[in-house]
Amino acid sequence: MLVIDNLKASINGKQILKGISLHVKEGEVHAIMGPNGSGKSTLAAILAGREFAAIDGGSVSYFGRNLLDMAPEERSRDGLFLGFQYPIEIPGVSMVNFMKTAINEHRKYRGLEPLSASDFLKLMREKKELVEIDSTLTNRSVNEGFSGGEKKKNEIFQMAMLEPRLAILDETDSGLDIDALRIVANGVNKLKRKDSSVIVITHYQRLLDFIVPDVVHVLYDGRIVKTAGKELALELEEKGYDWIKKEAEKTEESWRVNPQ
Amino acid sequence: MNGNICQGGLFTLQESTVSENMENDSDKILDEVTSGDYKYGFYTDIEADQIAKGLNEDVVRMISQRKGEPGWLLEFRLRAYRHWLTMKMPGWANLKIPEIDYQDIIYYSAPRQKVAPGSLDEIDPELKKTFDRLGIPLDEQKHLSGVAVDAVMDSVSVATTFRETLAEMGIIFSSFSEAVKEYPDLVKRYLGSVVPYTDNYFAALNSAVFSDGSFCYIPKGVRCPMELSTYFRINAANTGQFERTLLVADEESYVSYLEGCTAPMRDENQLHAAVVEIVSERGAEVKYATVQNWYPGDKNGRGGIYNFVTKRGICKGDNSKISWTQVETGSAITWKYPSCILKGDNSVGEFYSVAVTNNHQQADTGTKMIHIGRNTRSTIVSKGISAGVSQNSYRGLVKVLKKASGARNFSQCDSLLLGDKCGAHTFPYIEVDNQTAVIEHEATTSKIGEDQIFYCNQRGISTEDAIGLIVNGYAREVINKLPMEFAVEAQKLLQISLEGSVG
Ligand SMILES: Nc1ncnc2c1ncn2[C@@H]1O[C@H](COP(=O)(O)OP(=O)(O)OP(=O)(O)O)[C@@H](O)[C@H]1O
Ligand SMILES: [Mg+2]
Repeated sequence: MLVIDNLKASINGKQILKGISLHVKEGEVHAIMGPNGSGKSTLAAILAGREFAAIDGGSVSYFGRNLLDMAPEERSRDGLFLGFQYPIEIPGVSMVNFMKTAINEHRKYRGLEPLSASDFLKLMREKKELVEIDSTLTNRSVNEGFSGGEKKKNEIFQMAMLEPRLAILDETDSGLDIDALRIVANGVNKLKRKDSSVIVITHYQRLLDFIVPDVVHVLYDGRIVKTAGKELALELEEKGYDWIKKEAEKTEESWRVNPQ
Repeated sequence: MNGNICQGGLFTLQESTVSENMENDSDKILDEVTSGDYKYGFYTDIEADQIAKGLNEDVVRMISQRKGEPGWLLEFRLRAYRHWLTMKMPGWANLKIPEIDYQDIIYYSAPRQKVAPGSLDEIDPELKKTFDRLGIPLDEQKHLSGVAVDAVMDSVSVATTFRETLAEMGIIFSSFSEAVKEYPDLVKRYLGSVVPYTDNYFAALNSAVFSDGSFCYIPKGVRCPMELSTYFRINAANTGQFERTLLVADEESYVSYLEGCTAPMRDENQLHAAVVEIVSERGAEVKYATVQNWYPGDKNGRGGIYNFVTKRGICKGDNSKISWTQVETGSAITWKYPSCILKGDNSVGEFYSVAVTNNHQQADTGTKMIHIGRNTRSTIVSKGISAGVSQNSYRGLVKVLKKASGARNFSQCDSLLLGDKCGAHTFPYIEVDNQTAVIEHEATTSKIGEDQIFYCNQRGISTEDAIGLIVNGYAREVINKLPMEFAVEAQKLLQISLEGSVG
């Protein structure tokens, strides 16, 4: 469903993504790990359509369409969901109003009538149970005054409401306590359909015990420097990133000596 | 924000040192922003009874004569006119007001109806159609249940609905002209009692040439069962609208009142200088809401209404209350400070305001809370929203007199900026002569974050809708004060007036 080919992007003239290629098939779970500042969130934001980075090259196809040509809201309506590393507060806008607007935009895109108030509330209730989110949270303004963990849970709640085909979860696990982590992971697993895919960006193997990835990638300095099965996460947990960095630098050097 | 103390008397916001905030000379910045369409910009081609342009004593007499007014009212007008001649236009507001040629304005223009309507069925169909298009049906059957309307076009009231229903409860709701004829004593007693013609330049002008407006009297102990509303429409070209509203709530009564306004799109500016007076007697409560949507001018700042309005209420009796709510989205220039004189002990004044300026609009608006009685309380919540190259100022005075022990005020003034070419300014004045008073003032300035918009986008919400959501969230506290049906309208209006203002 998602084919990223040699994607390059820069922010303020500084190259952040240096040629990323990634292929996510329907039903797969991919994990992206990598040291701080390596470009994981940048990649996620570019996929979601945030216009803060210049695309210098490469392509992204999403169900055969040129993703980079789609407006961010269209990507969302077409089933791409980003769970934010730092969810945004919108004072005065109730979660109910926010979600209702979002859901109805999604429905309109699919040619459906808006949900009635009672159907909408029913849906909310269902999904709240699924992710075990406190009822009072959804009566408040979007993320306003939510604790770090509550914000992350709220991202998964929104994901549950919107039932994406491709969910990109940017460090949804950081800031969660052990119970919340399990709840969030269970939520993601329950929401997972045969034809939907997930990209989890995380620093911790722990999450991957719950959400078991098919593939693990390591992003380092704007490149995917290693791709392997789920055991790679364990290895990283044990050994850290140094060995990966060294490996990567070696490749870089050899590339400099023999540029293709 | 600055904390200048206003030296002013009770009834005037005096000139003060506010020039330091006149920083944005941004006329030359013609942005590529395409502003949202103004939906009410049409013109009704209807024959009008007009007098010639210009202003002098004869014009004042002519207006009074056309309306068949009693001598005392003509005297009032003439005194006001003579006083106006001695005055100068106020220059203290944070506004750039082009020179206004008062001789180039038509002071009286009445849509000509073939027969004077004896009942609502006899209203000119063309007029009916106009108000239908504005969403204000004049058929009682068709109307939003529970709202009575006085419809004013240019200089006269063309229809008032539900008069009979209300009359059964002793409530008087009529056009100002009719009230002068039918209830001269009431009008005489209260006219100018809250806003004397000496009050300010525009109030003096209005007192001289006002043509119509609404009059409302709620008798003792009566809770008005429906929303009362006046809908103001400017239609004719080159005319000014000078309406006068007088609202009296007798002891222990209650009324909720709403005012709306629109005008055709024209390249030249038109003047609207209204006066609203409210009297709230012992234990009475008046809620007065305005949804102001005068034509704001085009995106290059051409045309639009100059909205120079004096609104003031007096909480005359103990335990009385007046609450102003305003949603200001229209007008090229707005100069307006709905105020409360808290004379009765334990009386309460409230001011909730959302003022939006986009493109080249300018607004200098706020309130005055004058605490005279003991334990008087006031609340001010002002939300300014600026976009385009507009300028939006809050100006407010909280004054506590010597005898007002236990007075309390809470003020919250927030500004929201869309883009970086607009300006938001806050001018709070606080004058306290009683040491037991407690005054709290909070102010914030924020911008609509690109990250907030992106967050909405990522959930499938377009940028336009996202701005609507965010702005309405920001203004929620005020919108919530409006009657239900109007809250929904106001929300749409906020969104429309900001269309095209971002990205
Ligand atoms: N808006 C921006 N302006 C300037 N630099 C940016 C911006 N956003 C990201 N960067 C830079 O791009 C690089 C990649 O950042 P990114 O947030 O993608 O890293 P990350 O892999 O998600 O890190 P972390 O694990 O800490 O979340 C960093 O050097 C960061 O400083
Ligand atoms: Mg990150």
